[in-house]
Amino acid sequence: MGNWLSPSVMRLLLPLLYAVVIVAVLPLLAGYIVLLERKVMADMQARLGPMRVGPHGLLQPIADALKLVLKEDIIPDNADRLLFWLAPLVSVSMALLAYAALPIGPAFLIADLNIGLLFILAISSLGIYGIVLGGWASNSHYSLLGALRSAAQLVSYETAAGLGLISALLMAGSLSMKDIVTAQYDQGMWFIFYVPIGFFIYMVGSIAETNRAPFDLPEAESELVAGYMTEYSGFRWSLYFLAEYANMIIVAGIATTLFLGGWLRPFASYHDHMPGTSIELLDALPSLLVLGVALYCFFLAPKQPVKIQKLVMAVVAGLCLAIAGVLAGALFASPAVLQGVHGAFWFMAKVFVYLYFFLWFRFTFPRYRFDQLMRLGWRFLIPLALVNLIATASAMLMTREWGPSLRLTTILATVVTLVIAMWLAKNDEVDSAVPVADGE
Amino acid sequence: MGLNSILFYFFAGLAVASAILMVTRRNIVHGAVYLITTLLATAGVFLLLQAEFLFVTQVILYVGGIMVLFVFVIMLVNLDVSLLQYQFNRQRFVAGVLALALGAQVFLALKTGQHSLFPQARIPEVLPKNTEAVADALFGRFMLPFEIASILLLVAMIGAVVMAKRRV
Repeated sequence: MGNWLSPSVMRLLLPLLYAVVIVAVLPLLAGYIVLLERKVMADMQARLGPMRVGPHGLLQPIADALKLVLKEDIIPDNADRLLFWLAPLVSVSMALLAYAALPIGPAFLIADLNIGLLFILAISSLGIYGIVLGGWASNSHYSLLGALRSAAQLVSYETAAGLGLISALLMAGSLSMKDIVTAQYDQGMWFIFYVPIGFFIYMVGSIAETNRAPFDLPEAESELVAGYMTEYSGFRWSLYFLAEYANMIIVAGIATTLFLGGWLRPFASYHDHMPGTSIELLDALPSLLVLGVALYCFFLAPKQPVKIQKLVMAVVAGLCLAIAGVLAGALFASPAVLQGVHGAFWFMAKVFVYLYFFLWFRFTFPRYRFDQLMRLGWRFLIPLALVNLIATASAMLMTREWGPSLRLTTILATVVTLVIAMWLAKNDEVDSAVPVADGE
Repeated sequence: MGLNSILFYFFAGLAVASAILMVTRRNIVHGAVYLITTLLATAGVFLLLQAEFLFVTQVILYVGGIMVLFVFVIMLVNLDVSLLQYQFNRQRFVAGVLALALGAQVFLALKTGQHSLFPQARIPEVLPKNTEAVADALFGRFMLPFEIASILLLVAMIGAVVMAKRRV
């Protein structure tokens, strides 16, 4: 046994295990995010949403997945068969590959690359080929238009989102995802509080990059049927769907790592300084939260009308209880285990908060017109991102040269950027009042 | 023959094969896909040489940026017409001279380098961090050429905007 579990073997085995876990769990997670989306949408529109399959629709994603796999796979006669076959694969494999550098906990990461952030950005930007080639290969006008819109949109917003990220990178001083989180621990501050505007720009950019409403023009139902996915059905269509949701988790993961402190819990750096104070209670919060969910499910289980639904509810409750047990158990284990287990919890919690914002935006804002989208990207977000970058860099320089605290100078930088943003927005209004002569 | 050699020949073979396929395909979209494969394979060679910053730059700029624009433009072109046209032109003399020059280069490289198809890897265990090294070189030693290049690009960009604006 000694040789089997030696560090060098573990160093290969653990990442492999993580990779298998991520690839196995991600489709399930994507399915449940879809359920969450439908439930949140229903709630915002004062409806119930899926209620039939399982208690509160809990088994709906599994039923949907079964339906998709069993559906007939149609390839249009005049489609380019090779590319039609290849395109969904490109989309989904690039989305999955990007997880290789995403740290879910201090130990739960597949590879800690020097260039981690750039790697994720590079790989996830390749997913566009799945959309573009799929749209072209379908040999349909709707598909092609969707693909073209998608490409134009991605190229425009990638720049703004990247510039937004750089403002946080300046603070971290490293491209390794692990070092970025550690830098936030060392400085005792999540970077969202240093560069809130950078976070805002990245958020808008990431919504556009993942083709989500209000920027879902590539698949706008009212204009393009389903955009680039129009000719796809069954399993291939579900691959596109999986890629879209995997990409959403990726952008949420990037934002969490760079701006929201990654796997750190709130007030993470106060942990060592004040042992025994009330801030330590935050460590117990995850287990209490999951315990509460478990109790709620136990309470709800007898109220289900059908026996199988009672059973499902009890199983969910048991699962939550087990997770709460693990989370509570980690409290009494070594600090490394505590950080590992709770790190994953906090990371996922932040990712889901970010995703909730995605859903919230989707059901709040109406869809943009394409020229509005382009104007917002090129004439507002990119200049704003540049100004923000320069202001942040000047703030850091000011701190280094004259010595006021970084918190003070970044507030100054944010205020300056906001004033310029207002000026930009005002100017834009004046310009757009002039009638456009001949279209786009 | 170590893992490095196998990987190198894999990536190099992939790059060469897809480059050949790129110029011989009639369908220009297929050609673009093979060009993407070539660029990715070249990026793989960069990674093999532990130049990970170069690898990522290649993927982000060429594959994720420039090629997306290429494909974008290709899709705006009327493909049905271009499929019927003859896409190859015969410039045997120029091609022959270029092929000879390239062959001579390869021959020289083989002659002056290690006399083996599977050279021993001589990569130091710990390299300085790529990104920092590139940044130091660009903003330290090669500041002036770097700035000249960026001004050149800026001029080209403004020029493109001005020319496009006149037509619209």
